Amino acid sequence: MSGEHLLPGTTLRDRTAAATGDVRLRGSLARALRHFGHGRERALADLDDPDGLRHAARAVRADILADLPAILERLADRFEANGGQVFWAADAAEANGHIAGIARRIGARRVVKSKSMASEETGLNEALARAGCSVVETDLGEWIIQLAHETPSHIIAPAVHRDRYQAAEALQTAAGDRTLDPDPAKLAAFARETLRAEYLRADLGVSGVNLGVAETGSLVLVTNEGNASLTMGVPRVHVAVMGMERVTATWEQCELLLSLLARSATGQQLSAYTDIVSGPRRAGEADGPDEVHLVILDNGRSDVLASELHEILACIRCGACLNVCPVYRQVGGHAYGWVYSGPVGAVLTPLLASEHPEAAELANASTLCGACMDACPVGIPLQDLLLSLRRRRAERAGSAERAAWRAWAEAWGRPAGYRTSTRALARGRAAARWAHLLPGLSRWTEGRAAPVPARRTFRERWDAGEV
Amino acid sequence: MRVALFVTCMVDVLEPDVGVATVRVLRAAGCDVSCPDGQTCCGQPAWNAGAADAAATVARTTLDALHAALHDPADPAEVVVVPAGSCATMIRVFWPELFELVGDHDAAERARLVGARTRELSELLAERSLPPLRMPATRVAYHHSCHLLRELRVHDQPEALLDRVEGCERVEWGAAERCCGFGGLFSMKLPEVSVAMADDKLASLAEAGAGAGAGAGAELLVSADGSCLLHLRTRAEHEGRPVRTAHLAQVLAAALDGRDPRVAP
Ligand code: SF4
Repeated sequence: MSGEHLLPGTTLRDRTAAATGDVRLRGSLARALRHFGHGRERALADLDDPDGLRHAARAVRADILADLPAILERLADRFEANGGQVFWAADAAEANGHIAGIARRIGARRVVKSKSMASEETGLNEALARAGCSVVETDLGEWIIQLAHETPSHIIAPAVHRDRYQAAEALQTAAGDRTLDPDPAKLAAFARETLRAEYLRADLGVSGVNLGVAETGSLVLVTNEGNASLTMGVPRVHVAVMGMERVTATWEQCELLLSLLARSATGQQLSAYTDIVSGPRRAGEADGPDEVHLVILDNGRSDVLASELHEILACIRCGACLNVCPVYRQVGGHAYGWVYSGPVGAVLTPLLASEHPEAAELANASTLCGACMDACPVGIPLQDLLLSLRRRRAERAGSAERAAWRAWAEAWGRPAGYRTSTRALARGRAAARWAHLLPGLSRWTEGRAAPVPARRTFRERWDAGEV
Repeated sequence: MRVALFVTCMVDVLEPDVGVATVRVLRAAGCDVSCPDGQTCCGQPAWNAGAADAAATVARTTLDALHAALHDPADPAEVVVVPAGSCATMIRVFWPELFELVGDHDAAERARLVGARTRELSELLAERSLPPLRMPATRVAYHHSCHLLRELRVHDQPEALLDRVEGCERVEWGAAERCCGFGGLFSMKLPEVSVAMADDKLASLAEAGAGAGAGAGAELLVSADGSCLLHLRTRAEHEGRPVRTAHLAQVLAAALDGRDPRVAP
């Protein structure tokens, strides 16, 4: 990973506490997520058998992951046969180095980019800037956060944490003397007009990939603004960055996943624009780049694939788990500290950014309420994965934490020990007298009244024949 | 029907009245209730924290007690009943996984047997007849606890039980299925978020039932999980806006005598 993001030196608690204190942020989140939630419910209600479809999607993703190396090879072969060029990047540095190399070779000064989480992950914009390129994000939300020097707050709606006034404020930096009206339609019109010039001037286009289809060696990109079409279609050279798990073997599989992606993400049956690139422009074609590069990014994914947490790679980045997550709803994406937020981020970040010890605590950013698992269109058992991560973490936990659990197990693993300690709680009812028995209690009482144990436990009353 | 009560550590220490109410209602439903010796806790706090060995040590103790109750040669219980969705989930869903994980296949096997015969209180009661139930007219909001709802898929039973109580006006509540923010140790690991989630839920309580004609706002918050109620109640108390809460068992027990569940007997 790039290491230029927010994790180092901050704790999850600090970040989430700050976010919950931000009334404006919580207002923006609540509004947007309510909207997404309703859309998704309607879109799923339209389907004859949403559960059947989810099961099918889960099976498809499992099949793909089980055969991933072969499917990737096929994709790469066909893509090359179509005239494209493929680069296998082991990590972020390799990916960025390769792309910066392309930029240098073609003498690129201006780069237009269509939203891509994989290149957020590698910190590509900074790398291109170091290579002397100016990069402009062309997805409206992504452009807003780029202008505001922020990272995405949501997988599919990067600027979801900003209300329209804050969006206008960010865009104002690109508007010069002209004062922008915070009306969303007017802001979008301003973006369209300004970005059009950028496409025309750009030497290099960069995009992500929603799904690569091995069958024909094609890359599929979906957007609602059509910016990917222009990013791919106008500049002479195009680079697509794809996380290595974002593939299907066949078009049939791709179609199934795309229909669930749009429905789960925004409640649409299909995204407004679906672009497919299978190679450079052929003779007689009106548009498209002369050179197309595909960067297949590993960056820790092979290790995840080989681990007990491999199911997280089934993710199609629809964002549904974020939208339903009650924790995400309160804190937004930045509190997660890295590119991926919400439940999927709480699993992915500790895995992909494992060199940051702070990342491991993200496994705690969940109440395990299960809403994410219910929402995930490809049936990823997010809760189980979070529990696995907590176990990994507990194994490496400090001796104080381990000793505390051992002492607890020692006491409550014996009926006599249990009775002695529960009676002690009942006798020492004043919280002050029993708080030391439960080290976390002080954190409870920061925002809540202390629970008071009853005078006599249920078991005492039962044994006395009073029940 | 002979039932073995797993009372849960939280009810035992903090809410013994919920245990007493549970026993009363079960008896009214024609059950012969035992409370097996040797039970302690289901192990969930440690399981959720990733401390699997500690969780297994504690869970095994309770497993032994419940297994023995179901296999008592003299007087075996037919089912284990748990007045907490979360602990019922631990037993049914997570115990087999936990014991397999720590390599105790024997315990895992017994856990599957016990799990198959473990019922959360409202699940069991919904299948049984109860004497007439009534309470003074009260607008009641029901909170679906997450484990009960999403792991055990118990949705309609607690509501159906409340609907059996004459005088209980169950109000529609938009946030009924949203997590309250307790989440066990989550409430202490990330207290600010936990509290913000509770506040969201509590704020929406005031609007529960709005648009239904009669007075909006719930007068009583009911759940089948005492831990969610504890979290919401102590948060409201801390903010000086106390909210009346009652466990489903307490509502039903009071309704056996036509009493108001908000007033202690
Ligand atoms: S984990 Fe599931 S719900 Fe979340 S973004 Fe990925 S596919 Fe969507």
